[in-house]
Amino acid sequence: MNVHVTPSPVVWIDVGAATDIPRRGARRLPSPIGDIAVFRTGDGEVYALRDACPHKGGPLSQGIVHGRAVACPLHNWTIDLATGHPTGADAGKGCTPVVPVQIRDGRVLLGMSVDGA
Amino acid sequence: MDKQRLVVIGNGMAGCRAVEEILKRDPDRYEIAIFGAEPRVNYNRIMLSPVLAGEKSFDDIVINDAAWYRDNGVTLHAGRAVTGVDRTRRVVLAEGGLEVPYDRLILATGSDPVRLPLPGADLKGVVTFRDLDDVEAMVAASAEPNARAVVIGGGLLGIEAAYGLARRGMAATVVHLMDVLMERQLDEAAGFLLTEAMRDRGVETVLGAQSEEILGEDGRVAGLRLKDGTVLPCSLLVMAVGIRPNAALAKAAGLDVGRGVQVDDAMRTSDPAIYAVGECAEHRGQCYGLVAPIWEMCRALAEDMTDGDGLYEGSVLSTRLKVSGVDVFSAGRFSGGEGCEDIVFRDAGRGVYKRLVLQDGKVVGGVLFGDAADGGWYFDLMKSGRDVAAIRDTLIFGQAITEGLDGLDPSSAVAAMADTAEVCGCNGVCKGAITGAVTAQGLSTLDEVRAVTKASASCGSCTPLVEQLLKLTLGDGFEVQTGPKPLCKCTAHPHSLVRERIVSAELKSIPAVMQALEWTTPDGCASCRPALNYYLVCAWPGDYRDDPQSRFVNERVHANIQKDGTYSVVPRMWGGMTTPAELRAIADVAEKFAIPAVKVTGGQRIDLLGVKKEDLPAVWSDLNAAGMVSGHAYAKGLRTVKTCVGSDWCRFGTQDSTGLGVRLEKFMWGSWTPAKVKLGVSGCPRNCAEATCKDVGVICVDSGYEIHIGGAAGLHIRGTEILTRVATEQEAVWTICALVQLYREQGWYLERIYKWMDRVGLDSIKAALADPEGRKALYDRFAYSQRFARIDPWAERVAGRHHEQFNPMSLRLEFAPA
Repeated sequence: MNVHVTPSPVVWIDVGAATDIPRRGARRLPSPIGDIAVFRTGDGEVYALRDACPHKGGPLSQGIVHGRAVACPLHNWTIDLATGHPTGADAGKGCTPVVPVQIRDGRVLLGMSVDGA
Repeated sequence: MDKQRLVVIGNGMAGCRAVEEILKRDPDRYEIAIFGAEPRVNYNRIMLSPVLAGEKSFDDIVINDAAWYRDNGVTLHAGRAVTGVDRTRRVVLAEGGLEVPYDRLILATGSDPVRLPLPGADLKGVVTFRDLDDVEAMVAASAEPNARAVVIGGGLLGIEAAYGLARRGMAATVVHLMDVLMERQLDEAAGFLLTEAMRDRGVETVLGAQSEEILGEDGRVAGLRLKDGTVLPCSLLVMAVGIRPNAALAKAAGLDVGRGVQVDDAMRTSDPAIYAVGECAEHRGQCYGLVAPIWEMCRALAEDMTDGDGLYEGSVLSTRLKVSGVDVFSAGRFSGGEGCEDIVFRDAGRGVYKRLVLQDGKVVGGVLFGDAADGGWYFDLMKSGRDVAAIRDTLIFGQAITEGLDGLDPSSAVAAMADTAEVCGCNGVCKGAITGAVTAQGLSTLDEVRAVTKASASCGSCTPLVEQLLKLTLGDGFEVQTGPKPLCKCTAHPHSLVRERIVSAELKSIPAVMQALEWTTPDGCASCRPALNYYLVCAWPGDYRDDPQSRFVNERVHANIQKDGTYSVVPRMWGGMTTPAELRAIADVAEKFAIPAVKVTGGQRIDLLGVKKEDLPAVWSDLNAAGMVSGHAYAKGLRTVKTCVGSDWCRFGTQDSTGLGVRLEKFMWGSWTPAKVKLGVSGCPRNCAEATCKDVGVICVDSGYEIHIGGAAGLHIRGTEILTRVATEQEAVWTICALVQLYREQGWYLERIYKWMDRVGLDSIKAALADPEGRKALYDRFAYSQRFARIDPWAERVAGRHHEQFNPMSLRLEFAPA
């Protein structure tokens, strides 16, 4: 189970079963705050980020997931799924907001701020 | 002082251990009675697997025999079911009206195996794997002729059950809902190795399998039907899908019960006179099914009951699999949180995979497969939270090596090695043999050492050590070699070696390649995964199951991602030919889906730009209905065959260039290649189809066909070079297909044809194609591969393949408790 530290207050919203997301893959989730990318790693861990690369806004949900990172499909920036930070050559160049995730009984819960931010 | 009366409900491992722990601390304090549901003495339940496998007998696994109960003055009510607890009178009620009063009560009621509510679950021959009765039923079933077993559940217990049955001579199959065996303990790489190891031991595995119905014949189990319709015949069906804490008695007695009987850190329930311990207990929201935490709970309970002060604060778990010859250890977590890093070690020769996960300089988890000797040490490091930064470099090699080298820097450690110490395990080469050869024969490079001594010539994992030895022996005379560039940072091996080994060692999956070639990451990276996927597709057409998660998004969704996240769709137009009906269908699709841009491409077809991902299947469906298929405008594969109108219309045309282009495209479409492949066929040397800047170009001349190779008009601009001239259209097709197959087999992933040609040399390509038998063999391999490739990916997805990736997830506006 992975729980990320989040600014409170949040509500936890059920977005589906963890197994709805392919291993080493992602699903896109439209939301009032914009698209969210929900990832599942080869180890079965689930992470969520805003679906926009800090580089040119590429949809990270469409990238190749490897280890605990995703390669953006537009220009191959590698983004750490846990932190939203680019790694490697592009480290330090911006950040994609992290959406908090909880897994409860196999369901994926995303933490959303009550004010919608 | 009078003895207090202690009653224990449960004669299993937890109940008896709790009593032992109490006796150890204060043997005279309690008068003890134990109720056991099974009509026998206490035995080691976790050793039932070896009993099933015939590797141990029941007597071997008895923990406390009858004498123990007698010697310690413990009364055993065996086979006597407890019916209730009267907390006001402090009395345990049992079958036959028996009432036993207590001052203190311990609930150690264990857990029940989960039985799936499948149709047919009550058939004869459907069992769980929990106690000796189950084992006896399974052993009896295995003795019947042609006995076949299916085990539902690919966790620890299910695997041990299947292994035991296979040892008894049964054909056994494990059916697992998830896509990795023991997915809670193992990562994919270790799960893959376990699947292979089980196959070697006669146990087949079906992953991602949902059980639907147990089939029967005359009241006996006859098979299991899966949701996908597969039927697995069997005469024994074992459900090993998990356990549920047995808290019924506690609940009936009015104690606080969640998933199990809720206890505090002293193992007390909500009634201070009553304790709970073992699998029936729920501590800080956790229930445990492994033995180590149960021992820890028993110690805390005994402390409290003898006025000590040890508390139970939860357990860090580790798991070992009890299958002979399959050494598996797992503990902690594999990833999660910031600052995690993996250390991976693979030894293909010994079938070893080790992965340690470090966070902030501490071990937080690990998986060991094939060599779990250091499991305990890693587990101790993990529990103690020791900072391992100083021993990080040698950690993965285990305790003996790490502690042996502690405090030495790598070069002095090498210097300190004895001459008889083995350096290369694969070839049995010791240090003295290497330094001796270096001095005596004047060796100065790694390759020379490999050639002379064989050290580091097999798996290569000792290469750094051999280099250290060279440096040490030669001093400044040693220069580190720069060999061929590795495929990516996950491996030391270059593309060519990986390709060779896939074929020679018959590696047929990505995890198999990563293990055999000792990848240093658990699941590769965005560079090597697509490359391996292509190499496997190319080497094993028909056998290899394509891994969509190892493909770039365009090849996964069969469209071309654009800068705004929409996609472009390009239907195939064979040789650039189209019809009014096709054009009408394209126009209709563009209007129906409000596609913002329609453009004619450089490859003689039409591009629909700005299609939303979720519209793709519907767009394809309409295009399919008009007879069009994917143009693979996104693929590392055959793209277009550009043609001119040739002898059909043109007054200069020498041959039917359009016809040849259409024929080539219809035969070659759908093929995967290292990088994109574009063809052009011009009907005369005026070259209107611009064939001489294509990967492969044909110039028709009066006497036949000139075949050109290696053009490019992208990042680099270069004209083709002439490969050969042939007289007939048939020969042209044979030659081009053979050429493309040669490129498919030799090219490095993402290497265009002109770069491949520069690397291997035009002469070597010419030579390969000049030999008629070699050319035919290449052509035949291409044709075989095309049997599996010429399938329209759009039609497959319209029919529902991988449909989930086109549908976004949705927010369900139900608020889960925070």
